[in-house]
Amino acid sequence: MNLIELQTMAEAETEKQQVFRCRLLCCASTPCLSSGATEVINTFKQAIKVGKLDAEVQVVSTGCMGPCSRGPLVKVQVKGEEEVVYEKVTPAFAREILESHVVGGKPVGKQVLSLDMPFFSKQTRVVLSNSGEVDPERLEDYVARGGYGALAHTLTEMTPEEVCQEITKSGLRGRGGAGFPTGLKWEMVRKEPVGRKFVVANGDEGDPGAYMDRTLMESDPHRVLEGMAIAGYAVGAEQGYIYVRGEYPVAARRLQRAIRTAERRGFLGTRVLDSGFNFRIDIRMGAGAFVCGEETALMASIMGRRGQPVPRPPYPAQKGLWASPTLLNNVETFGNIAPIISQGSDWYAGIGTEKSKGTKLFALAGNVENTGLVEVPMGITLREIVFDIGGGIPNGLAFKAAQTGGPSGGCIPSEHLDTPVDYDSLRALGSIMGSGGLIVMDEKSCMVDVAKFFMEFCMDESCGKCVPCRVGTVQMHRILEKVTQGSATDLDLKNLEDLCRLVAETSLCGLGQTAPNPVLSTLRYFRDEYEAHIKDRVCPAGVCHITETPLRALV
Amino acid sequence: MAITKPQAKGDAQDHPSGDNRYKMVDRTLQRFHYQQDALIEVLHTAQEAFGFLDDDLLVYVARQLRLPPSWVYGVATFYHFFSLKPNGEHTCVVCMGTACYVKGAADIVSGIQKTFGIGPGETTPDDKLSLATARCLGSCGLAPVVVVDDDVVGGQTAASTVERLKRLLAGPNGAEQKDGRPDEVELQEAETV
Repeated sequence: MNLIELQTMAEAETEKQQVFRCRLLCCASTPCLSSGATEVINTFKQAIKVGKLDAEVQVVSTGCMGPCSRGPLVKVQVKGEEEVVYEKVTPAFAREILESHVVGGKPVGKQVLSLDMPFFSKQTRVVLSNSGEVDPERLEDYVARGGYGALAHTLTEMTPEEVCQEITKSGLRGRGGAGFPTGLKWEMVRKEPVGRKFVVANGDEGDPGAYMDRTLMESDPHRVLEGMAIAGYAVGAEQGYIYVRGEYPVAARRLQRAIRTAERRGFLGTRVLDSGFNFRIDIRMGAGAFVCGEETALMASIMGRRGQPVPRPPYPAQKGLWASPTLLNNVETFGNIAPIISQGSDWYAGIGTEKSKGTKLFALAGNVENTGLVEVPMGITLREIVFDIGGGIPNGLAFKAAQTGGPSGGCIPSEHLDTPVDYDSLRALGSIMGSGGLIVMDEKSCMVDVAKFFMEFCMDESCGKCVPCRVGTVQMHRILEKVTQGSATDLDLKNLEDLCRLVAETSLCGLGQTAPNPVLSTLRYFRDEYEAHIKDRVCPAGVCHITETPLRALV
Repeated sequence: MAITKPQAKGDAQDHPSGDNRYKMVDRTLQRFHYQQDALIEVLHTAQEAFGFLDDDLLVYVARQLRLPPSWVYGVATFYHFFSLKPNGEHTCVVCMGTACYVKGAADIVSGIQKTFGIGPGETTPDDKLSLATARCLGSCGLAPVVVVDDDVVGGQTAASTVERLKRLLAGPNGAEQKDGRPDEVELQEAETV
């Protein structure tokens, strides 16, 4: 496979798609599959076979289209007409679409999602540009949309040094949460002496309520592979690993298939695209441990050990997998690489704010009208995400808080809704960007209860290696439990605050260091709720059952 | 951990138990050239083949990879995915991700607890039903999500889940027989279409 063959392949596939008068794109990502997308796809296929429409109508199982709560989604593309998206499609409705829209030429007037609605119009799709448009299991679909062009360009036109510079110039920062400049990391690994090096994609998305990485791996696996291959070339690595969370078998299967096809067609493996560059990618399945999202723990897990973190330095860039320099980036970060190379770092740097460039994926969930996966430019306000894209709070309830960053993040109250979403603004509010979970809570959520929920999570997931995290999370959880049961005193609250500081400052890895964040941020913005539990012995939101009484303090 | 069957070597046909499921484990061992780093991959296969990891199996893996049994036991107990005891005939997994929690997943768990008397990670005394909780199934748009055997169902309440489970347990012969598979495998199948 060389550059010319790549172009021929893209043209051939585009031509093939042009033959069809109508294409039915059915979302086949996990949420839509759980709401019955398989039956819908089968109904279409069967009806097309029966109606002998095979030559003019094509059914494509695509990746995620976004508004997951409205699934199964079907996009109808008739040549020369505007595309129409139908929501909540059932097998019966699928037959109706086929009869009236595809054959009859008259769109069905119901269950239509307007493409002008803010959910779509306020998004900027860079990483997800192919998601919902291509069949993730077909390499040709990806190539037809310009896929692997960036890899071919880097291999033929750019030196590894130039690639690193380009990424640095784009201003891309790690999408895993901490926001370390990606170009700088690449440069660090590149500068290590020549020898065995590794590239690792972190797909261990442990945050409850976040599924951006899963969607990307499921919907556009080749995008991740291409980004990793470019990274391999830039830093001088010949072996890559994708660490996929154990709960994501669909993603793992699709990635595996993508790797096999890419190797067969010469996009991966030995002599990639007829150049002198070799790059292999293997998948490692996680086994259900949140701490494995931490980079040193993740590498231990790839090496078949208990996923316990080790102190840094040495950083993975110096001593990572099997003591070799290792480049470790989030899956979403790798998803940004191909667009940066093919459209230029200047274009990419034009999106977003001064210090946070590009776009960010968010999994919008919780008490909001439109839940699903969205990609927004950095610097958009929370209000726009929650009220325009998300469509506001259902049932006429009031907005209370938005939780970002999962168990390492914090809750942002309504008075800060107009804050721009970028790494630094969120940190200033006591939360973090995190990997991209965004949970909206209405007035019926008790913030103490939410803090307790996250603390229970951290307590369970603490690997047990360092004392502050292992013991501190248990103690903090115990105090929070006392608050929600009504047996806490002012002294408990003070102890809680002291513990938060202690655990944050003395824990070994990110899990412990950030575990107090949900408590600290709720204490900062919703202290009155804690005090209501303690002093007035009521839960303002009506969630907690105040059944216990405080023990008399020993004076 | 008791070492009961120490004579595990050679290929699968020779395995003293005569158990064909060991063949699957051996295939993975061979694929990774008996590298010690492949331990987690081997345990994945073992759990898939046997449903859970009993002591004999762990010792077998330890011997094949020439690792101390304590090392293998340490890894197997570290990860939630690996289960060291068999599960009930039916499994119910309640997602406790943030989105599901905000929408009332805790009520579902306590509802099941009240009706069937089992907490998360427990099995009813008659081995009919196991209850488990999951971190996040990534179907947050459908919250709260419950996985009953192989079916992922969204938008559940405590009442509807208990009702569903009661129907399942009372059903004619209780649907198809399960050989005590762990929840995670159930999930895997639920998401695999």
